[in-house]
This record gives sequence, structure tokens and C-alpha cells, in this order.
Amino acid sequence: MNKNLILYVTLLVFGLAAPFVFPAFKVQLSILCVLIVLAMTWNIQGGEMGYNSFGNILFYGLGMYLCASVQVGMFFPLAEWTESGGEKTFVHTPNQFFQGMAAGLVFAAVIPTIIAGLIGYSILGLRGHYFAICTLGLGVAAGEISGGIEIIGAGQGFTTPPFPDVGGLEARGEFFYFLSFLALVLAFIAIKSIYPTRFKLILNAIRDNEDKAEAMGIETMKYKIIGWMISAFFCGLAGGIMGGLVGYIDSTDVAFDGREMGVFMVLMAILGGKGTLWGPVIGATLFHIFKEGFWTFFLGWQYVALGVLIVVIVIYFPEGLMGWLREKFPEKFGEVIDEADRKAQVELK
Amino acid sequence: MDFMVFQYPMITIQACLDGILLGVLFALIAYGMALQWGVMNIINIAQGDLVILGGYIAYFMYLYGIHPAWGVIVSPIIMYFVGVGIYKLVINKVVDRDLFISILATFGISILFMQLMNFAFGADVVLANSGYGTTFLFDSNVVLPNSKIFSAVVSIVFAICLVIYMKKSKLGRAIRATAQNSRAAKILGVDTEKVYAATFGINAALCGVAGALISITFTIHPYMGLPYTIRSFMIVIVAGLGNLPGVAMSGMGLGVFEEFADYLLGTEFRIGSVFLLLVLILVYRRFKLSRKREYLK
Repeated sequence: MNKNLILYVTLLVFGLAAPFVFPAFKVQLSILCVLIVLAMTWNIQGGEMGYNSFGNILFYGLGMYLCASVQVGMFFPLAEWTESGGEKTFVHTPNQFFQGMAAGLVFAAVIPTIIAGLIGYSILGLRGHYFAICTLGLGVAAGEISGGIEIIGAGQGFTTPPFPDVGGLEARGEFFYFLSFLALVLAFIAIKSIYPTRFKLILNAIRDNEDKAEAMGIETMKYKIIGWMISAFFCGLAGGIMGGLVGYIDSTDVAFDGREMGVFMVLMAILGGKGTLWGPVIGATLFHIFKEGFWTFFLGWQYVALGVLIVVIVIYFPEGLMGWLREKFPEKFGEVIDEADRKAQVELK
Repeated sequence: MDFMVFQYPMITIQACLDGILLGVLFALIAYGMALQWGVMNIINIAQGDLVILGGYIAYFMYLYGIHPAWGVIVSPIIMYFVGVGIYKLVINKVVDRDLFISILATFGISILFMQLMNFAFGADVVLANSGYGTTFLFDSNVVLPNSKIFSAVVSIVFAICLVIYMKKSKLGRAIRATAQNSRAAKILGVDTEKVYAATFGINAALCGVAGALISITFTIHPYMGLPYTIRSFMIVIVAGLGNLPGVAMSGMGLGVFEEFADYLLGTEFRIGSVFLLLVLILVYRRFKLSRKREYLK
């Protein structure tokens, strides 16, 4: 326990000091925080519950649009803003900007959660690959449909309110970094507090054998919906922050970007090892470093590299980094393996 | 808007005919998907990208002065080897694994193909002009390009050939045996590895035919693959595996649905409505099955 406390305090101090130690990487660090949040929340229902979703991008995109729309709509007419160049006519005062952002983030987190609760009963009745394809369809449909709605900018996109004139670019970077870091800390605390509870065991039971879990008297549907709602809450929050950070929302390329962000969150969780607390964190960090490397060194070929990376990870590391470590050093994970048992296993191979 | 269907019967006829001719093509792609799903138990997200690649082969023949209709013969031959290559490199490592692994792996292939095609052929929307002219029906109120009729006829011919091949030939019987029980087939001397490779190759060849036809009748673009995958998935789950008349019927139904969505909602909602329809069909089937306390398997 004591050792853990030291680890957390070190990480917290490092996280708080990071934007001042690496001032050039503020935006990258903020994106990293958002990616970790996405990977951890995907892990709750993909890794722990066994419901592999490609559709969490739905909540992410919804959060993005909601946050920006509320931030604009609280003070100015939304339709005129999105029509063209509204951001030049209407200027948020610093107070308006921060109030709007706060209100927007509340909406961005709460409304996707409610939507997840509403559609959860229908969608979560599907299992396995039907669930995966159905959620993939949901994500892409949301992108295509939002690309046809005029009031949120349709095909030409939506410029989020620019950061007010306080402290310039430095302040903007720090504001968004601390916002995303706060989201990360919140998500981590929430998910860590889930781990020792019965709720987590129920999610694992659903993953391992849903029919038996049901036969044991667990109302699986209720817990599945709650698990999805937790994912949706943090996905929406992350989306809202990311919208402000990027500064521009496009329906299929930024918000409902199933081909990129939607796959990234699955991949990050798998790379780190799904079904573990630290796996997604490590996976997201590694993935972000990989990705930025690709984007820098293979400019133009980054998606080709990405496609190859997906295939390689999925085929050769389906258990992820944590799974590999667990196989190598089972003692560190609190698993006791009988020596005779291990010998028998080796002989069998 | 709603009254358009009744006030202008010609538009209704036009949409129905367009939809049916389009649906035959979808059914051809879906048949390939049903084949590999049934035999190897994998869902290939890259299906649509194989279609688009087949289309580009025909388009390139057109660019070099060969009539694109020959693509219907050349494209499947090339695509067969592409399919076998993909199988040897990637798919044979995911066949026995969890379905989700195969979905993710083929998603990776899909992204890879999309980008490679984007580099090789550019991000423009292209079509190969067949120069077949158009047919006018009902006092030229209904316009049917001959290329669409040609593509529907070719698809039907290919589908019939494939069915006969699957029924009569030795490989066809081996494929069907493997689909029924791969272990028993292996015991009885079927080289399942070869059968899997051939199945994936045949699937890719079917995609090649469909792609060549799509490049003649519609347009192709490197990023247009995913909707074709979703359409074929949808057709397969409506019709079931190994049910060719069902695949044909639901393919045409989907085509007609799409044309009507296009006319009534507007072209920008066309793809979105296809994806929403998929969600609705899955949810409908889930509720229907849950009355018997079952679920989609």
C-alpha cells in the first residue's frame, strides 16, 4: 500500500509538472491524457465486460458537438455561428468562454450517458461480433447523419470558440492540459475504485460466461448498461475537451472518426493488455509515441504503417503487454503456480 | 416529400428498377461474404476494399484503352491471387481464433488497402465509361443506363456459375464439407488449409467481379469500401448463411431501400441510412429472439 502511494504521488507530481518541464509538448501531452481516458473507459466494457465495441466513438463525437454547441449557444445564436465565420463576428469574453466550457463539459458528459442508458437495453442484447458490427454501424451512422445537419455545421465543420485573449498560446496549452489531466485523474480514480468491488466481479462474470452469470441470479442486463454508461460518461467528457483542444469539429474526420479514434481506443487497450487497470494506460502511452513517430518519420505513409501495426498487434500480441508480463512473471500478479503443474504444462507442449 | 412516391409513379418505378439492379450487385458481394463466414467463420471488414480494388483494375484497363467490360474477366483472376496472398499472410493466423480478432485484423487490412489505393490511384472519384448508352422506358420517363442492366446480368451469370461449381466440382464439395464440419472433413482427407485459401480467393474474385461492374455503372473512390462491407454483412444476417435465393432477395430489397432513402431523405443521408438500417435490423432480431430467451449466434 505504501509503495503504491509513493507511485501515485510521483505520477501526480510528474503529471502536474509535465507542461512546465516539456513546454513544447503541451498539446501532445493533453492528447495523451485524452487517449488514456478513452483506452481506460473502453477497457471497462471491452476488456472487463467482454463487449467489444467499435461504437464508443459515438459518445466521444456527441460530447464534442454538445460541448461546443452549448459553449456557443449559451451566448450567441448557434445557427449564425456555424453558417460561416461566426467566430469572427461573435467573440467570447474570458468569463463567457470558461462558463460556457464548464457548462458544455457537463452536458458533454451527462447526455451521452443518458443516451447510452436509453439505447443500452436494445444494443447490449446483442453478443459477440454482432455487438461489434452493430456498434460500428452506430458510430458511422452518427458521423454520416451529423454531416447532414445544418445547425452544427453540416459538411463544412464547426469552429469551436477560440481561446480568449488571456495569456496567449501558453495559457491555452496549459488550460487544456490541466483540463485533460483532471479528466484523466477523475477517470483513473473512478475506475480504480471499481476494481475491488463486486461490480467488477460481475462484469468479469458476464465476460466469462453470461448465461451462467444469469443463472446465478445476476441481472446481467442492468450491469451491462451501467458498465456502458460509465464508458459513455468519460468518452463524452474526453470528446468535449478534445473538441476545444483541436478547435475545429468535422463530422467524419474529427468527431465520429471511427476509422481513427474509434479503432485507436480498441487498439490501445489491446496493446497494453485488456482487462487490467494499468494495461490501457501503458498501451495508450506506447501507442501515442508510436503514432507520433509514424506521423513524423513516415509522413504520408502513416496510415499504411497504422494498418500494418493493427494487424501485427492483433495477430502476435492479442494478450497485450500486461498479458505477456503476466505469463512471464505470474508471481508478480499474485498468482501462485504449482511447480509440478508448470512442469506438466511444459511437458505437454 | 412523402407524397412524391404516390404523385409521381415514374419516380417510384425508377427507384425500384435502380434499386433492384443495384441490389443484384450487393447480393454478389454478400454471397462472397457468406461463403467465407460459413466456411472459415471470419468476418472480413476488408470486403468492401477488395471490391474497390477490383474496380480500380477495371478502371486501369479503361485508362489503357481496353474496354472496361473485359475487367469482369481480368479482375477476378488478379483478385483471386490477391485473396490467396492475404490469406497466407494474415487470415490463416486468425481462422481458429476469436471472431473479434478477425474483425480487428481485417479492419487493419482495410485501413492498409484504403491508404495504398489512395497513394496509388489518387483520391478522386473515378468511373470507367463503358459507352453502352441508355434505355428509355415509359415515354422516356424512366431512364436506365444499359451498363446497369449489363452489370446485373453479369452478376447473375457469375452467381449461377458459382452455384453450379460449388455443387458439382471436387473443390466445391470440399468447401461445403469444410463448412459443415471442418474436423470431420480433415479426417476424411480434405486439405482444409487449401480449402480455406481457395475460399478466400473465390471470395476476393467475386469482389473483383463486383468491383469491375461497379466501376462501370457507378463510381469508385478509395474510401468507399466500408459501406459495401456493411451492406454485405446486413444482407447475410437477414438471409442467413448458405441461402442464395434469400441473399438475392434481401440484396434487391436493400438496393430498393437505398434508392428510396436517396430520393426521400437526400443523398447526404444515403450511407447514414444504410448504417442505421443495419442497427435497426440487428435490434429487431435481438428482440424477436429474446422472446424465446435466445440471442443471435
